[in-house]
Amino acid sequence: MSNELQTAATHTESLGNNQGSTEPMNEATSGPKIIDPVFTLEEVSVSYGKYVAVTGVNLQIPSNDITAFIGPSGCGKSTLIRTLNRTNDLIPGASVAGKVMYHDADLYDSKASAVEIRRRIGMVFQKPNPFPKSIYENVAFGPKVNGRPKKSELDAIVEKSLRGAALWDEVKDRLGASALGLSGGQQQRLCIARSLAVQPEVILMDEPCSALDPIATLRIEELMMELKKEYTIVIVTHNMQQAARVSTYTAFFVTEVNPLGDLRTGKLVEYDETRKIFSTPLDPRTEAYVTGKMG
Amino acid sequence: MSQTISLKGRLSARRSFIDGTFRLFLYLSIFISLGMIFWIVSSLWSQAGWLLSWDLLTQYPSYDIDNAGFQSPLVGSLWVVGIATLVALPTGLLTALYLEEFAGKGNKFSRLIELNIQNLAGVPAVVFGLIGLAFIVRGFVKWGFTVGSAAAVIAMLMLPVIIIVSREAIRAVPPSYREGALALGATPWQAVWRLVLPSAIPGTATGSILAVSRAIGESAPLLLLGALSFVTFNPTGLDSPFTIMPLTIFKYASDSREEFQILASAGSLILMAVLFVLNLIAIILRDIATKKRNV
Ligand SMILES: Nc1ncnc2c1ncn2[C@@H]1O[C@H](COP(=O)(O)OP(=O)(O)O)[C@@H](O)[C@H]1O
Ligand SMILES: [Mg+2]
Repeated sequence: MSNELQTAATHTESLGNNQGSTEPMNEATSGPKIIDPVFTLEEVSVSYGKYVAVTGVNLQIPSNDITAFIGPSGCGKSTLIRTLNRTNDLIPGASVAGKVMYHDADLYDSKASAVEIRRRIGMVFQKPNPFPKSIYENVAFGPKVNGRPKKSELDAIVEKSLRGAALWDEVKDRLGASALGLSGGQQQRLCIARSLAVQPEVILMDEPCSALDPIATLRIEELMMELKKEYTIVIVTHNMQQAARVSTYTAFFVTEVNPLGDLRTGKLVEYDETRKIFSTPLDPRTEAYVTGKMG
Repeated sequence: MSQTISLKGRLSARRSFIDGTFRLFLYLSIFISLGMIFWIVSSLWSQAGWLLSWDLLTQYPSYDIDNAGFQSPLVGSLWVVGIATLVALPTGLLTALYLEEFAGKGNKFSRLIELNIQNLAGVPAVVFGLIGLAFIVRGFVKWGFTVGSAAAVIAMLMLPVIIIVSREAIRAVPPSYREGALALGATPWQAVWRLVLPSAIPGTATGSILAVSRAIGESAPLLLLGALSFVTFNPTGLDSPFTIMPLTIFKYASDSREEFQILASAGSLILMAVLFVLNLIAIILRDIATKKRNV
């Protein structure tokens, strides 16, 4: 057993599955060779009731890097990113088939705790959703629900997280003010700070900039480049320039008409290094999309 | 080259007719509702305003007009409604939380409960009085004609209304708060307790004011629970006998002597003043709760 896998095993112990296989699974999936991936998806399908929203996804997501999901709207990008921290559990009727591995733990193992998973794998939503509390309380929320930190510890966590999200200088004099009074871009950085405060390993971002103006978007992108040194980031974006600017790997999805019926189902078309996806894509549909001829 | 643009709006005859009629109806309904209140208060005031004095609040009910007052019924009403509120408010709020957040949505059992609650809200108050008489005053509980029995019945009466308004308030809390909290590793219970509940309190308070106001004027069920007697001492606890404002007013009003009818009007003024003060307190508390959340 290699040293890396051992750390991965201890890292995921409390998810409830540490006796799982420690064999590398790179062979089973297509796309780029990724060493010690954070996520490994094998034949993943997600359904809402009988409707299959996305199917047959195989991919691996590297650590400390940014992976982008792109594709036309409705192809299941949000659905897929939500399965990575079991946010889909909250939708009645949503179900996941196939295997979603986080390091060597099965996220959908019956013993895995969704609460613990979401603590380790944070999420930033499309629309900034600060709580109707002060800036300070927004950031302190995660640490508070995960334990009983002392006031001094909490102060330190809040400052560190706000600095981490490049928001500290703008709000340090008004930590007690309502978070709802911040601008959209600030609110989104607050939401990022809020997720940093629980020290996750992964941050999932579902179109984090789609409600923001170009300058605020740029700041979030800069922030993501900074964050990837310490965190694994998966981002859904409909903005191809954004994917090209920030991500190292890109997965391109489309909707295909299901041969069994008239329903449309999302499919992963191509997954590779971002520069290859944008310069020498293998699939003509990818090329059409990245050159703006489709979508 | 300049062009003269006329910005003088001219609505079509039909549109301005609809607009005007609608406005007329709005003013009319405001006028009717305010007019009714003004009419009631002013006729009571002109009849009995001169009689108002602190003596009315310090004297107990009596057949002797010079010594007759409202102290014990006023205190009795406050006891009964106060205790009923203390019981019904948390119970109702928690029931609503359970139904909205934890009971399986749309399953048969919770639909049955929902239907029941809606029916209960429509049950005539006197039926609750009969149930109280049979089961609490005499039957299993054998609590007799006491403040406790009365508070239990009034609490039952308030519960369905409080549950219904609390559910509305909880439903109005944006789901993005819940999602955000869960994404930070909060348990569903923590998300509810720390975010949903505080956000739902102002709405619940508004609805509960109505329930409390209705309860304080309620007389039919308490008629069956022994409130219609001249009790010339204040309740000292749950086991005390009691009387209440509406029934004492009724008692005075049914006396053939004119002074007592005027006294009854004075009692109505006192009851309205109490209602006004209670509403004011509730509104102030609600505003404080809202401000605290928005800092
Ligand atoms: N909660 C849901 N219930 C039912 N169907 C859903 C739900 N969320 C998304 N879908 C469907 O799943 C498909 C994929 O949606 P989504 O993952 O949101 O796509 P994308 O994020 O790529 O635009 C769409 O056809 C959408 O209508
Ligand atoms: Mg989406």
